[in-house]
Amino acid sequence: MLIFSVFKTLTDQQVTVELKNDLSITGTLKSVDQFLNIRLDNIKVLDEARHPHMMAVKNCFIRGSVVRYVQLPPSGVDTQLLEDATRREHVSQAKR
Amino acid sequence: MDTSLAIQEPFDLIRLSLSERVFVKLRGDRELTGVLHAYDGHMNLILSDVEETIMIIDQHEGTTGEQHTIAKRKMDMLFVRGDGVILVSPPSR
Repeated sequence: MLIFSVFKTLTDQQVTVELKNDLSITGTLKSVDQFLNIRLDNIKVLDEARHPHMMAVKNCFIRGSVVRYVQLPPSGVDTQLLEDATRREHVSQAKR
Repeated sequence: MDTSLAIQEPFDLIRLSLSERVFVKLRGDRELTGVLHAYDGHMNLILSDVEETIMIIDQHEGTTGEQHTIAKRKMDMLFVRGDGVILVSPPSR
């Protein structure tokens, strides 16, 4: 839930999603759901020569399970807030 | 601090590594080091100041030897999906 919230705060920002098949896509994060499925607009594939079939694609929906990494804009992430929220989430899970 | 008291379940070890530099081993011969800022029960991670190391093993036909190529790259702020994580190790101190 915590990481879902982080992605929600990053909507309309520029991110780079690297998939498990090594395809890297940069685009504007339009929306995200609880499975961390991601919708990107205005996309650009990093290595277009290797993935020419992606050239015509302007926006896409990425299934969460095929994501390896997401490079985030450092300015959009409050690291202190994140660490506190992570500790809090851990405590609330331990009580269950 | 008595770590045996502080650590009761495996995730406690990761919690104590928050805001510290950790080593992460991933599927596909990848390794990361970076400062840990967040994680969840799936081992999804958020790291900053990340260096990724990829081991590429080329096997040439006709030769018995394997050649290891190491590729490195740096990233500022990175989300790592938990299903690729093999291990997370706290900084060696």
